[in-house]
Amino acid sequence: MPVNAAKARPGWTFWGAVLWLAVVVVSAATAGWWAVPAFDAMDWDNPGAAPGTRVDNAVLQNADETQKGPYVYRLGTDTMGRDVTSRLIYGARVSLLVGLLAPVIGFILGGILGCLAGYFRGRLDSIIVAAMDVILAFPGIVLLLALTFYLGPSLRNLVIALGLLTIPAFSRVARANTLTLRDLEFVQAARLTGAGHLSILVREIIPNVIAPMTAYALLIVSFMIMAEGALSFLGLGVPAPVPSWGGMIAEGREVLEEAPHVSMIPAAVMFLTVISFNLIGDNLRSLAERRTSQL
Amino acid sequence: MGIIWNKIVRLVLVVLAVTALTFLMVNLLPGDVADMIGGQGTSQEDIQTIRKGLGLDRNIIVRYVTWLGHLIQGDLGQSYLTQESVLHVIMIRLPVTVELLIISQLLTLLLALPAGIFSAYRNGSFLDRLISIGGFATLSIPGFVMALVGIYLFAIQLRWLPATGYTPLSYGFWANIRSFILPALSIALIEWVALMRVLRSDMITTLQQNYILMARAKGLPPWKVLVHHALRPSSFTLVTVLGMQIGRLLGGAVIIETIFALPGIGRLMVNAIYARDYMVVQGCIILITIGYVVINTIVDILYNILDPRIRTEPSHAG
Repeated sequence: MPVNAAKARPGWTFWGAVLWLAVVVVSAATAGWWAVPAFDAMDWDNPGAAPGTRVDNAVLQNADETQKGPYVYRLGTDTMGRDVTSRLIYGARVSLLVGLLAPVIGFILGGILGCLAGYFRGRLDSIIVAAMDVILAFPGIVLLLALTFYLGPSLRNLVIALGLLTIPAFSRVARANTLTLRDLEFVQAARLTGAGHLSILVREIIPNVIAPMTAYALLIVSFMIMAEGALSFLGLGVPAPVPSWGGMIAEGREVLEEAPHVSMIPAAVMFLTVISFNLIGDNLRSLAERRTSQL
Repeated sequence: MGIIWNKIVRLVLVVLAVTALTFLMVNLLPGDVADMIGGQGTSQEDIQTIRKGLGLDRNIIVRYVTWLGHLIQGDLGQSYLTQESVLHVIMIRLPVTVELLIISQLLTLLLALPAGIFSAYRNGSFLDRLISIGGFATLSIPGFVMALVGIYLFAIQLRWLPATGYTPLSYGFWANIRSFILPALSIALIEWVALMRVLRSDMITTLQQNYILMARAKGLPPWKVLVHHALRPSSFTLVTVLGMQIGRLLGGAVIIETIFALPGIGRLMVNAIYARDYMVVQGCIILITIGYVVINTIVDILYNILDPRIRTEPSHAG
């Protein structure tokens, strides 16, 4: 809970967030086994059907064309009559992959740059900080548009483009933490016992930088899920017909009046997922802060 | 004088780095503007002729230096696609972006100031916690979802406002403002959180000062203590964050402008990227970079106005 962030124990909202994320992750992982129609199967008799609509001749995924059976569109269908439930669980794969993988790029590259800058200071520090400032001064959306446009829209390129953008933020966190660490007693002790730069960085600095960076990474994850949504919304996400939450929300724009569920259900799912990552990140951050203050 | 000189040097360096990067990046994009001008089915020779006509066959460094030379003379070049002056194209779009910026930031302050002041004053109360939770939840809503929810509520359900579209000022002041309310609200409903949070935490610190106790002891009503005595010294971080938000919005809120079909800088830039019309892209980026530095400078000057101590004690200026 944000307000009680200083409390020692995570509250029920924290466990609620963990539970929701578990549901999303499991759904995404088991998407292929669900008894739902394929995510690109179009039912032209029921475009934009309201949640709960029953049909008698649906073809489920993994079944052949002849095996038609009754099915309930529990979350309705989209503008092309595709099952929203099916698209949501497959879309979760895209959102989770982008949300979790893109920060990894920034975490590793930004983390290394930040630790080096903060540890060695001097000219290296100035160069890295200046380079990061230039990236930050550059309008992010232009970089994203150009990168996805240049590399072509695919899941991998989306991850790379978004990941590159997170480098400056991670490098700042890593640098700030390294700056406070490098003068602490245990680092000086390691130096006095004759440890080299590499050994101090790997054994003393990095293990203590990882905790605050991880808490920060979860906030970046939620930011990436929203950014992926925004890019898909602009038509620069994963190519159709692969569903993504942002793309689903965008498709529902046209029928916002007649069938608001087409946009609003994926929007709600995205909101719950993002707020869950934020909640967990917030809790971890206050834990990490308490740990650092004890150092 | 030294500070201003420093700022100018920094601005020039950032502009050089950013424009060089853009130049390089847009040139690396596959295909080029000649294909767009020629249209489909143009022969390779015709494409080459078009490229030559535009000077695109020259070395990229030569082109960049030429462009810089023109920039110094205040010439941003011409759009490859429409042959219009880039400065002119930007000047047509700028009022839309600036109007969106002003209205959205006013709405943001309208939400953030009362919420932040109250949260600090009744720190820990039920309403404070409600505001905190509301803010936390808001940060998990992407801008485009906020915009869609706004359209659904105010345009489709209540029919108070137009869903999308831009009405120029020449059609009347109210009609013009109406087309900006929903986009501005979509921005404000997300950005107020950052301002509210910094104002709340700064104000809690301020309210523990002795002069606040003094003002209260004099028997001043709480609102007067809060607004007249506590707000000004608590608004430094607020002004910084506000400056950052304005700087970002100067580049146009690309997604909001797209959803609401507002012809601002953001959409101009996106369309120019798609068309590889990099003269226009460069022009927009120059505008954004300069605007960002100018706004930061204004923020620095505001510090001086807000806190008289900075004027006499240079150590506070950092």
